[in-house]
Amino acid sequence: MNSYYIERIGRAVLTLWLVVTLTFGIIRLLPGGPLVQLRAQLIRQGVDPSEIEGIIETYQNLRPNEPIYVQYVDYVSSLLVGDMGQSFRYGKPVSAIVGDALPWTVFVMVTATLILFAIAIVWGAVMAYKEGSTLDTVSSAVSILFSTVPFYVFAIVLVVLLGYRAGLFPTANRTSPGAMDPYTIEFVVDALHHAILPITSVVVTQAGLQALAMRGNSIQVLGEDYVRVARLRGLSDSRISVRYVARNAILPMYTGFLTLIGFNLGGSVILEEVFTYPGIGYYMFAALEARDYPLMMGVFLIITTALVLAVFVADLTYGKIDPRVETGDSSEAY
Amino acid sequence: MKRTESDSVATDTEFSFETSGSSVEVSRSERLQEFYEEFVYKPGLVAWSDRRTRIGSLIMLVYVLMGTIGVVLYKAPNSNQVERSLQPFQTMEAPLGSTRSGVDVLAMVIHATPEMLLMLLAGGLFATGVAVAIGTLAGYKGGTTDRLLTTFSDIAMSIPGLPLIMVLAIVFNPTNPALIGILITVNYWAGLGRSIRSQVLTLREESYVEASRTMGVSTPRILVKDIIPNIMPYVLVNFANAARYVVFASVGLYYLGILPTSVDNWGLQLDQAYRQAGALTGAGTMYQLIVPMLAIMFIALALILLAQGMDRVFNPRVRTRLAGESESAGGEDTDESSAAEMMT
Repeated sequence: MNSYYIERIGRAVLTLWLVVTLTFGIIRLLPGGPLVQLRAQLIRQGVDPSEIEGIIETYQNLRPNEPIYVQYVDYVSSLLVGDMGQSFRYGKPVSAIVGDALPWTVFVMVTATLILFAIAIVWGAVMAYKEGSTLDTVSSAVSILFSTVPFYVFAIVLVVLLGYRAGLFPTANRTSPGAMDPYTIEFVVDALHHAILPITSVVVTQAGLQALAMRGNSIQVLGEDYVRVARLRGLSDSRISVRYVARNAILPMYTGFLTLIGFNLGGSVILEEVFTYPGIGYYMFAALEARDYPLMMGVFLIITTALVLAVFVADLTYGKIDPRVETGDSSEAY
Repeated sequence: MKRTESDSVATDTEFSFETSGSSVEVSRSERLQEFYEEFVYKPGLVAWSDRRTRIGSLIMLVYVLMGTIGVVLYKAPNSNQVERSLQPFQTMEAPLGSTRSGVDVLAMVIHATPEMLLMLLAGGLFATGVAVAIGTLAGYKGGTTDRLLTTFSDIAMSIPGLPLIMVLAIVFNPTNPALIGILITVNYWAGLGRSIRSQVLTLREESYVEASRTMGVSTPRILVKDIIPNIMPYVLVNFANAARYVVFASVGLYYLGILPTSVDNWGLQLDQAYRQAGALTGAGTMYQLIVPMLAIMFIALALILLAQGMDRVFNPRVRTRLAGESESAGGEDTDESSAAEMMT
């Protein structure tokens, strides 16, 4: 058991290290490179050429004249202390921007994913119990129909209809302008009011397929011998549905839940752009457009870290939830 | 897809028995006939019997026709080709209206289709191909090979898809639709590879695999002949899912303006409608947003329906029964009808 945890931790660290190395490499592959762009910009601003090297160093965390391995060590070691360089576009440290934006994105995406799974589990279970009925057929069709719309397209429709046309919801920002005490009810209500459309667009477009998955799992579990035996034992229906069927049907969805959170964190790049919601996705897109590479890579690293942590947590907790899970290595076979 | 279908049935005991081990000489035409029966007629029949596959493939056919014949027959989109800002269903010149710069909306939709089809085909093939290769090898070999490949796919899985694609799109600036499809699925295969691996883990303990192994059949041959056919339904379902992902992601990337605009795409249309046509302010230009949206929705619908209906095609029992060859129809009928109920 111990070696299992050590292996998982090792894998998470290895992944992060590889992604850091990847970003280090990509920065050097980017068109024009970060330095050419920045240097041109500085010269245009009339900065004294002798100071340019120093400025570049603070922005990018790299000393262009050093050999590549020194640059690499610098890059990794400054990341370790949380220094992700400076954004050209916002003129602020990347870590400050990301630290400000990340909680909002996590709030929107985790809430959305939780809601959609809650809906999917109940909906899928009901479909499975009413299997073959009109209700089942109709709601299967509905869930397929909803999944044909990409979440950002639905988001555009929501913004246009409910935001601009009807004026019911704000079309930009995380909260209303003006400083507000973050520990008041008004603030929470205001934040929810801004977050409701992004959350809705994710929930509506993704709940359908998850509900179908839950339906499939439940139907499969309903056909299992132990459910039959439980019926023969005369256990009550509610006990069977909750303790026997629901538990076993929800189990396979757990990993799906965590991967979907990761997927949605990545999807925030499009979603937050549509809603002009300044979370990390919004800043990543802004950085892409402005060719603000330090910010772009910083956000990329943060999203990856979040995803690696989610997978790590899934691995660690899955064994606790389902004791049957195989934790050992597969044997060397053939 | 053709090739993979044939792979899956090639191991059908009946079929391989007749071709390889028979004492009677089989002529070429007979073989062709048999090939047609086994790979085209029967799967087609089963596919057609399922409502979802039927609707899905009909919609897909429309897209294929749009992307092949439609492109030749219908005019290419150009500015000022028709009157500006036409509403839909006004003239035959531009049945679905035109944009503010006089581009026919329908022409834009039709001429974006071939690239989209190419993109999803390339993306689907790449994603499923890599997943099958890595998943089967890892699951079957086990040990160090498994650990290395699993670590590799775990890492690929932990990198967020969309942001990675965006960064790569900026680095490589791809203009070839097939390349864009591959780029979009650059780490999509990882999750699929993981689940294929766990399926192979159970498959490799099956007696027929063990039999092949004791007979000294080489690993690649076992993988191709014994393992892969068994996971084929799953792979094809995921082919359709990967294709849907390619559609969604590519449209999203074009909408954001990250991919080069030299390729026509419905995402570009969405972007134009959203930004320029004033779909927001309510100048009666909603149709410019709705038309490409419908194009996206229907292709996604086709792919979901195909994915949902496809697994039946690869159930050999259903296939023989529908082709009228099954002897013990009685018992199976009830079995199948309940299964059919379950799936609709």
